[in-house]
Amino acid sequence: MLDHPRSLAEARPLSSGTLLPVELHGLSLEAGGRRLIDGVDLAVEDPGISVIMGPNGAGKSLLLRLMHGLIAPTEGTILWAGTPMNGQIRRRQAMVFQKPVLLRRTAVANIAYALGLRGVARSERGSRAFQALELAGLERHACTPARILSGGEQQRLCLARALSLDPEVLFLDEPTASLDPASSLAIERLLVNAKHRGIKVIVVTHDVGQARRLAQDVIFLHHGRLIEHQPAPRFFEQPESDAACAFMAGGLVL
Amino acid sequence: MLDLAEAFRAALRQIAILDPQLIEIIALSLRVTLTAVAIATVIGFAVGGILAVYRFPGRGALAATLSALMGLPPVVAGLFIYLLLSNAGPLGVLQLLYTPQAMIIVQVILVIPIVAALTRQTCADLLEEYREQLHSLGASSAQIVTTLLWDGRYRLITAVLAGFGRAIAEVGAVMIVGGNIDHVTRTMTTAIALETSKGNIALALALGMILLAIALAINMALMGITRLASHFAYA
Repeated sequence: MLDHPRSLAEARPLSSGTLLPVELHGLSLEAGGRRLIDGVDLAVEDPGISVIMGPNGAGKSLLLRLMHGLIAPTEGTILWAGTPMNGQIRRRQAMVFQKPVLLRRTAVANIAYALGLRGVARSERGSRAFQALELAGLERHACTPARILSGGEQQRLCLARALSLDPEVLFLDEPTASLDPASSLAIERLLVNAKHRGIKVIVVTHDVGQARRLAQDVIFLHHGRLIEHQPAPRFFEQPESDAACAFMAGGLVL
Repeated sequence: MLDLAEAFRAALRQIAILDPQLIEIIALSLRVTLTAVAIATVIGFAVGGILAVYRFPGRGALAATLSALMGLPPVVAGLFIYLLLSNAGPLGVLQLLYTPQAMIIVQVILVIPIVAALTRQTCADLLEEYREQLHSLGASSAQIVTTLLWDGRYRLITAVLAGFGRAIAEVGAVMIVGGNIDHVTRTMTTAIALETSKGNIALALALGMILLAIALAINMALMGITRLASHFAYA
């Protein structure tokens, strides 16, 4: 808790974690006659970092989007602290996408824009945006057009923007999938930092090493089904399912 | 027998001495077209942005109509506005026929489809890229429209310039509703048509050169804007 600027810690509401637990009941998603998410029952109660893993096409990204309310399930419900997902709840969350989505503005304007959407007063936006840039080590790029930053910087900016909103829950969809190791490490540091600030982090990755470094618990999906949800040490030492064993051995998961 | 070289010299002389007749025609043309483009831009941005973001019945048909109207023949637009504004027409009481206002109205009609259709396309492309992120951040539909218009600013400027280019060069519509009345509704294009038929090649040539220069300037501006946009990766 001590390794980040005080101002940001103070800006965080004390109600951290009030959105937890999140409960998914019989969640399914169908599209084009295919069942992409198939009857997922899941409860995540603990703060910290949850990692969603699974082979390509397992439905990891879809599950994240369903939880964030970007798409509606065909069946089933999502409850955040007992309340069905709605726009108000989404405004207490933030999401970072696999491919950075940045507006055609400067880095600092990208963050100020997001703060404006969340109702932060115009006079506060600049300073809060700059603090967020500092946290991500991007302060010298404040006035650079966001889209000419490098890939790693763009993703850090996306994460800085998400964190500037003081979310209670932060979703990330393979945030380091196309980044070099140094950039990935910078992202991971920010996630650990966010965890210490009391933010619930839910991250999709298929980088086993990253999952080992970050995860408190692992949600393993395969063919749209929830195969395992285990505390990280248990999952990595003795996964119960064959699919998870094969996945971690780097084998082909069918 | 007309002497081309002599006509060119006379035309250049008229431009050089800022011939009052020449200036009057240019000023009227610019006043009419700039006013029309300003009005059409406001309407076109709003229509294009709303068409890209909001979902409502008839949205696809409206978008298709706008695209089709980009190729609306100016004389047809002129005829339509003529019928509206003529004494027997529904807006005849306004007594606008053969005034600069009538020319502004017809040019607004001609420019709106260009600006609106290009704006819709620009915003739709951007929305494709931004949709989930803006949804995640909690933007309302109205906020999304303004966001897309701002982020598409470079492409939108080129849409407006395209509209200006069409309106300033157009002759049929302003001829029909303006009437090409000396000192009142004589624009560059209608003056060129008239002076050429009268054999006053010098004035026609001078106006032609001015029009050409304007077209050139617009194209250079377009190139500059495109280059600037790609420099910032804002294209």
